[in-house]
Amino acid sequence: MTATDNAAGEGAPRTRQKLITGPGILLVWLYGVMVVGAVSRSVVQIATDFDRAPLAYTLSALAGVVYGFITYSLVRGGNTARRAALVCCAAELVGVLTVGTWTLLEPSAFPDATVWSDYGMGYLFIPVLLPVTGMLWLRRARPA
Amino acid sequence: MLDALTVATSVAALALAAWCGFAAYRDQQTKDWHFIGMAVVTLLALLQLVIGVVQLARGGKPEQGTTIFVAYLLGAFACVPAAGFMSLAERTRWGSVTVSAGGVVLAVLEVRLFDIWGG
Repeated sequence: MTATDNAAGEGAPRTRQKLITGPGILLVWLYGVMVVGAVSRSVVQIATDFDRAPLAYTLSALAGVVYGFITYSLVRGGNTARRAALVCCAAELVGVLTVGTWTLLEPSAFPDATVWSDYGMGYLFIPVLLPVTGMLWLRRARPA
Repeated sequence: MLDALTVATSVAALALAAWCGFAAYRDQQTKDWHFIGMAVVTLLALLQLVIGVVQLARGGKPEQGTTIFVAYLLGAFACVPAAGFMSLAERTRWGSVTVSAGGVVLAVLEVRLFDIWGG
């Protein structure tokens, strides 16, 4: 009884805030797709011919790790996870903008494409759109 | 055979995307008929996976490498069921949007598969 009373009470620890309801589920799906895409791509490329474009493949792997963490945070839920995901989305946006600009200014540094090349053009620009929608969603999901 | 299946699967995937997109537009969750549609698309992707593996066993060589080819076949097979399960967890229009996005992702995978096989 005490537990339920506490749960109903003001300021008491409640079940973790859900981040995957409504539009959140679409976000998780797209992040999940990007995790599979970025991780499997970089694993194959690093395992088969890392020497061809070490920078590009390392950046793809890094992108995969960031996507993985955001997906995990969204599924886990709660305010801490929400804030962690928010930071990662911002980092992701900075990453995709930096790498996108970098690939345009200095194509010679990238003998092969990364997930974030040309602002994610090879992935229907999802890499640049996702962090923006992600941050909008996570800000709206802030507890009142 | 493989190319025909690739085309058929992408067309079916886009149809599913449009159908579920329409459901979302009308503020509806995914219903039994949508799941039957997902099953049809998944069946096509499974058939493609089987035929693709058979082609490899008979000595076929994908233009861009066997590993990538198999990875994409598996991804294409798993794509729509994964989205379907997520729409079961989210019984609102957003579940429908997710399946719709799954259809688009599958269509993109099919285009890549076509290139990888070297059609």
